[in-house]
Amino acid sequence: MGLRGRLVFEPRPEPPAGYVLLLSILAIIAALLAAAVVFAVYGQNPWVAYGTIISGTLGDPIGLLSVLQRAVPIALISVGLVLAIRARFFNIGAEGQMLMGAVGAAGVALFIPLPAPFMLPAALLAGVLAGAAWGLLPALLKLRWQVNEVITTLMLNYVALYGVNYLIHGPWKGDMAVGYAYSNLFPTSAWQALMARSNVGLVTLALAVGLAALVAFILAKTAFGFRLRVLGENPQAARYAGVNALSTTLLVALLSAGAAGLAGAGEVTAIHHRLLDPNEISLGYGYTAIIAAWLARGNPLTALVTSVFLGVIFAGGDVMKVALQLPFHMTGVISGLILLFLISSEPLLRVVPRWVRAPEPAALQPTGGD
Amino acid sequence: MESTILSTAARALAFGTPLLWASLGEIYAERAGVVNLGVEGVMALGALAGFSVAHATGNPWLGVAASAAAGGLGGAIHALVTVTLRANQYVSGLALTMFGVGLAGLLGNSFAGLALDHPLPDVTLPGLSAVFGAQSPLTYLGVLVAVLLWWVMFRTRAGLVIRSSGENPAAVDVAGSSVSVTRFACVVLGGVLGGVAGGFLSVAYRPSWTDNMTGGLGWIAVAIAIFAAWNPLGGLLGAFIFGGLYHLSFRLQASLPSELLAAMPYLFVILVLTLSAMRAKRSGMPEALGQPYHRGER
Repeated sequence: MGLRGRLVFEPRPEPPAGYVLLLSILAIIAALLAAAVVFAVYGQNPWVAYGTIISGTLGDPIGLLSVLQRAVPIALISVGLVLAIRARFFNIGAEGQMLMGAVGAAGVALFIPLPAPFMLPAALLAGVLAGAAWGLLPALLKLRWQVNEVITTLMLNYVALYGVNYLIHGPWKGDMAVGYAYSNLFPTSAWQALMARSNVGLVTLALAVGLAALVAFILAKTAFGFRLRVLGENPQAARYAGVNALSTTLLVALLSAGAAGLAGAGEVTAIHHRLLDPNEISLGYGYTAIIAAWLARGNPLTALVTSVFLGVIFAGGDVMKVALQLPFHMTGVISGLILLFLISSEPLLRVVPRWVRAPEPAALQPTGGD
Repeated sequence: MESTILSTAARALAFGTPLLWASLGEIYAERAGVVNLGVEGVMALGALAGFSVAHATGNPWLGVAASAAAGGLGGAIHALVTVTLRANQYVSGLALTMFGVGLAGLLGNSFAGLALDHPLPDVTLPGLSAVFGAQSPLTYLGVLVAVLLWWVMFRTRAGLVIRSSGENPAAVDVAGSSVSVTRFACVVLGGVLGGVAGGFLSVAYRPSWTDNMTGGLGWIAVAIAIFAAWNPLGGLLGAFIFGGLYHLSFRLQASLPSELLAAMPYLFVILVLTLSAMRAKRSGMPEALGQPYHRGER
């Protein structure tokens, strides 16, 4: 009798942080269960697979470092995307901006003879500028003629991909490159110092953490951050308050594209030391960072944590490939499912579930029930 | 010279066929008010389902049917997330692409490099073949479907309800039709057509399985929907223009670097979108495109 009643969902404007976290974790668990079905269909015991991923990444010092290696570019990009999403500039072009960042860094390292102490900073700066330049056209087109930035940034990803291929097969092809195409090796002055026994670039790691802190500070404490928050939450009010949507959006678009460019420059100066096949420069970090940014829900410091989580999935892809001979495509399946379940859970954020007891029906009333 | 033009036209039809099917699907989904950026993933699923069923049964038409079913299922996922649960349409589409491309790559791993013994054969139609040569039946069927979908959209009551769901969903509600049902159905239909687009690739055009077979065609289809001003006949035109462009980029490889030519269709998309945005402020975009519909609001 006590169970008589029904579940209602009452609207609520601001969900508490603990509830957001709980719901996100539940969504991720649901996604991993769905991915377990895919594992099973492929003929792989899902629990063995998950066990292998965890022991090969989080349960092993070398594995932890490979998680960090994947997390650094994702973090750089996703912190920028957090800003972009806040300003409602939907930048799907981080993948291409990252590749162009690698091109920028390679251009400096290969062709501009600089004194050793200036080489690495110049290469990284060139990466930032090249990435930002790649984001400039979509931003201008959106601001001037309302051209959909989702499509334009995406198209430029393919242009960047073919552009890198053109360079490594054509004008920048290395003297020793036979069979595989890649550029010459960078001079060692353009190489980043690495964390011991790993491929984690110390400079880009520090820059990722620093950028997240800087963006958090900008959002919380500066007038620009305030304008950005108003613009994202209520564009109408922003206009009345005199916020210049054009310059704010442009700046945010360039910042996020520049951060992606830095990620690309970081990968080639830390790990590869040359320009090479676009699929080796980026394993799809530009797309994955969208998930990390979405999971972070507008908070740049949270984006560091979510980037590490996605780093686990990427490093897990490597572990599965080696230990279980599973194609790397499994990371795409898992990432896609996590994103699908995550956004599907969002309607629940805006409501609070409550059990409403139905009034006790009068004993004589012939039709009880609902 | 004349034969060059004719053969270019014939190849443009073949290259344009997957773009045609996929963009028709996107046009229907977007007319009803739902952007589907999952086309690329839906096509990948369709290509895999088509290949695996055609390979197992030896019947290419069963493969095409399986493509359509797999695509419809992909569309249903997007519809469930965006129409029923009202989540962000852009993000859902991206997630569907990651999932679809990943799943097709994973499950297709064992087919890598395999060719079909019984692909869908090209056919010659009397009269037409003098100009276009032998073409896939899916090419001819695609043209018919485009005309049919144009007729449904602009000449029937169902088409009016679909267009209104994208322009003014509240009015559809008032008139007693269901916005959710309309949108759900159009997104699933879009998935079916996108699935056939993928199936065309793996069962007819290149009857074999290679990883990442869709290679970005789905994104071009999304752009064609905009270029076409959301009109199925415009989609027909756009698909064959881009088909011709793809063909040209292969043809010119002798004189220009192939990587730069491969980037051409993507640059052309940006150019075309910019031109259509400059031409008109609204370019025929459905007014409520991308917005979830909440009944009883405002």
